[in-house]
Amino acid sequence: MATVEEEKAGMVLLDFWVSPFGQRCRIALAEKGLQYEYREEDLVNSKSELLLRSNPVHKKIPVLLHHGRPVCESLVILDYLDEAFPDTPQLLPAPAYARARARFWADYVDKKVYECGSRLWKLKGELQAQARAEMVEILGTLEAELGEKDWFGGDSFGLVDVALAPFTAWFYSYEKYGEFSVDKVCPTLAAWARRCGERDSVAKHLTPPEKVYAFIDVLKKKYGVE
Amino acid sequence: MAGSGELKLLGAWTSPFVIRVRVVLNLKSLPYEYVEENLASKSALLLGSNPVRKSVPVLLHGGRPVNESQVIVQYIDEVWSGADRPSVLPSDSYERAVARFWAAYVDDKVGPAWLAILFLSKTEEERAEGVERAVAALETLEGAFADCTKGKPFFGVDGIGFVDVVLGGYLGWFTAIDKLIGRRLIDPARTPLLAAWEQRFRTAEAAKGVVPNDADKLLAFRETLLGAPLDIFQNRVTL
Repeated sequence: MATVEEEKAGMVLLDFWVSPFGQRCRIALAEKGLQYEYREEDLVNSKSELLLRSNPVHKKIPVLLHHGRPVCESLVILDYLDEAFPDTPQLLPAPAYARARARFWADYVDKKVYECGSRLWKLKGELQAQARAEMVEILGTLEAELGEKDWFGGDSFGLVDVALAPFTAWFYSYEKYGEFSVDKVCPTLAAWARRCGERDSVAKHLTPPEKVYAFIDVLKKKYGVE
Repeated sequence: MAGSGELKLLGAWTSPFVIRVRVVLNLKSLPYEYVEENLASKSALLLGSNPVRKSVPVLLHGGRPVNESQVIVQYIDEVWSGADRPSVLPSDSYERAVARFWAAYVDDKVGPAWLAILFLSKTEEERAEGVERAVAALETLEGAFADCTKGKPFFGVDGIGFVDVVLGGYLGWFTAIDKLIGRRLIDPARTPLLAAWEQRFRTAEAAKGVVPNDADKLLAFRETLLGAPLDIFQNRVTL
């Protein structure tokens, strides 16, 4: 039987503290009760040799190394964790149609939330107003999909919940830049966000919202935004 | 276990995203009703089946919609699996992750470049820039092909697979691009493995009749799209 060190050595996560994409992986690993070694990448100054070797195409985190073999792209990592560890709580449901629905919505979160959010804090004037309107629409669409359910996954915390949960830490920033209230605009989604925050796996790995807001200031300087 | 219920595919004959689904339906020998959508005037069925993205392809299985081409392909692969049908994704979990990674890469890098070349560039310079981006992505895929396939004819483990259909869907429009720019986008000099792969894919049984190869017809169709508002490319346009 493997020691904790040996088990951890089997899995390494290359990540960056505030990355919502990395947090998805941390949350999934925690939900599955899987041991791993967390390695913080210095994305500001210099990426590690291991990162550059493991993800030469994108040079981005998160990267999951399982027995030395890299898996890149957060949603691909989530799928992989389900398939490589079938005896752990599954993020995807069993029926094919429900799986397709979950994949559709995880893809929607992936394509929409971060990109629109970035425009919200990068842009000004007309373009920022457009981003704000789009963000409100995106959140409304997600709220409609959630409906009366506790989780996007129905009774269980699933793929879409994991995909979106890290972004709840960014809601505060979206609210400040967009001058709207998530509670007012999508109260059901806001309640879901609070439920997420009560889960150990999420509470342990999300960045406090004020720290996300401060980090955006760092990003703004990097992109030369006032 | 085969799925029960009829299959209907809402599509557009030139869409890379539709073409990849049709290739997979052919690979699995699945009969289906094909409905050609007018993207400038979408049907009530399309808008009702995919209200969030309003895009093709939409696969209706026993009336229930499945949306997003890569999701549809995986759905078909999961429902119609078994010894008597070819698999699109490999069975090994790590190999599946690699296939999903490259499929995501194709749509992240080749997709926007294709759009830029044919529909979004307003000047020769912008188009040339789009071509360079596409070629750079194809060169990366050339490397992936060399690494992943080890001499086999397709990215897939036993024949045409996930990455093949995702990339192969673009070959229709590549025919038009090749004519537009006066040379092959998948250049045998720069990407010899992919150039050979392109020929194999185009002539594969599963691609017959679904991968357009009439450059003039494609370019004429392109003219009609150039006049239409940009939101027919909704969700494909990255600003």
